[in-house]
Amino acid sequence: MSGHREPGVLGIFAEVDATAHAIERLREAGNKDIVVFSPVPRHELEHALDRHESPVRMFTLVGGLTGAASGFALGTWTSLDWPLVTGGKSIISIPAFVIPAFELMVLFGALSTVLGLFINARLPHVKKHVIYDPSFSAGNFGVFAPTAPGQEGSARSIMEESGALQIRVWPEEVTVD
Amino acid sequence: MATAIRSETHPAITSYEEVNRDVLKLLGRPGRGYFILLAAAIALVALGGFAWAVQIYLGIGMSGLRNPVGWGAYITTFVFWVGIAHSGTLISAILYLFRAHWRQSIYRVAEAMTVFAVMTAGLFPIIHLGRPWLFYYLLPYPNQREIWPNFRSPLLWDVFAVSTYFTVSATFFFLGMIPDIAAARDATTVPWRKKLYTILSLGWRGTDREWKNFTRAYLYLAALATPLVLSVHSVVSWDFAMSIVPGWHSTIFAPYFVAGAIFSGLAMVITILIPIRKIFGLEAYFTPKHFDSMSKLILLTGIIVSFAYLSEAFLTWYSDELPHLKGQYIYGSIQGPFWWAVLIMLICNAVVPQLLWSKKIRTNLPALFVITIFINIGMWFERFVIIVTSLSREYEPWQFAQYKPSWVEMAILVGSFGWFFMWFLIFLRLLPGVSIAELKEVLPAPLRFRKASGHAASHGPEA
Repeated sequence: MSGHREPGVLGIFAEVDATAHAIERLREAGNKDIVVFSPVPRHELEHALDRHESPVRMFTLVGGLTGAASGFALGTWTSLDWPLVTGGKSIISIPAFVIPAFELMVLFGALSTVLGLFINARLPHVKKHVIYDPSFSAGNFGVFAPTAPGQEGSARSIMEESGALQIRVWPEEVTVD
Repeated sequence: MATAIRSETHPAITSYEEVNRDVLKLLGRPGRGYFILLAAAIALVALGGFAWAVQIYLGIGMSGLRNPVGWGAYITTFVFWVGIAHSGTLISAILYLFRAHWRQSIYRVAEAMTVFAVMTAGLFPIIHLGRPWLFYYLLPYPNQREIWPNFRSPLLWDVFAVSTYFTVSATFFFLGMIPDIAAARDATTVPWRKKLYTILSLGWRGTDREWKNFTRAYLYLAALATPLVLSVHSVVSWDFAMSIVPGWHSTIFAPYFVAGAIFSGLAMVITILIPIRKIFGLEAYFTPKHFDSMSKLILLTGIIVSFAYLSEAFLTWYSDELPHLKGQYIYGSIQGPFWWAVLIMLICNAVVPQLLWSKKIRTNLPALFVITIFINIGMWFERFVIIVTSLSREYEPWQFAQYKPSWVEMAILVGSFGWFFMWFLIFLRLLPGVSIAELKEVLPAPLRFRKASGHAASHGPEA
């Protein structure tokens, strides 16, 4: 879903299955780039949209591995740079270094997960909310279907048939993402 | 038109909007009682701050620390607060992975407790340095002395563990709040609050893209936080176990401390939740079932801690390594100079929690309030007993000495409670104290086409 400027139709729903139904009908009718608003994540909606898996896990993995490597590297390098010679014990004490390595694995893993979230979810979202309705954070769901200019009729009727509480149409251009 | 199916865990809640209303009510104008409590907390902080200033000016001798007892009330309080922090992460991260539905309403309070407890704990290693401005010696940074800290020392592991724990907990805490801050942003009419929540919610709109990435990120953070809970308090316990001090040098310390941490933390969560429930009218959100489940966990970890006490006594008796300890540890501890602390510890941690076998008591909130306070008193004394008795009777009998915390140490201990509660009170009125979005996840979804709960029908209207 890249940022694009198209007119579209927003339907506001009160129920999850109505929303899922609308999404499926809209996709069947050929609408792409549907944006769905919800107060709570629902697997029904994810399933109806059927989009690819989130890449955040890659960020977590890379961050964690980097952290673990950094922990071992830090312990090893500092021990070689300023060796604390304690009667025959190895200078590079791997069992001892496991602990800072583990902690840095968690730290870097967590921070890169957050970075991955921000990048993939496009947060912070600084542009003014246009299509958004405040009831979306309370109890209502929203489905926005971008349509070609003048073609919003079919999207409207699908949403009405699915039981939308309210339908808003933007004939003017509106930025979706 | 939306079906009003009730959730088993929260039978009194009827709709998503109701959750928003009830939780966001907490962000309204506080009454006088709130300001009195906040003022009291700040007064305690001021007292603690004054005592610390005296210590910095007149020296570490203002505390009761003398050889051989180089660690006393400060380190006791450090371990106490770090331990309390762990339960918050257990409830929010570990129970999330286990999909325990009863966690949803309480985990925000628990997580806040974690963040503020770690903030409190983190003060103490600095306070107990005689010259706190030298705390940076602990950090591995290149310097003109060309030396590095000792990576084989548990004290340095602590630096990594506690800083990581604070960072990850604060991150997890804030991240999980973003959708709820967005709800507060949409509902509030107070201008400064609207501005604050607009900034903090990062423009959250609840789109499918946001939710999909959010749920994954949250899951991975929970998965990372879980081993963190186990590791951080193990590392803190190794501050003691990695030494050769008799009474400290024992392999049981890591599981013993982790169980003790969960034990005391859950007790603190209950101590905090019971007044909050009453004052803010959140009976529908913190039901007797929640307290029942938490009490069961307290009972379990309490039994583990009691088992650890028995193990230690056994280990001391069975190993012939330090014969003088047999007398000192088992009998001496109950007859020695700190017998009163040992008695408090045993009664509060091993005896009092046994009351929780009874379901009637587990769901009786006034009883729980009293029991959990006793547990936390007991757990502070447990750390005190471990640290101080072992040090006061360390190696050579001619070195044995007494330890008495000075007024400075007691004032700082009291001040730490003030500090913790101050942040907590500020949080309650500033940010959503119950997780709105996650609570909705365990309520049955509003359905249009089917009466029964369960998967939403994806086929069309039946008429």
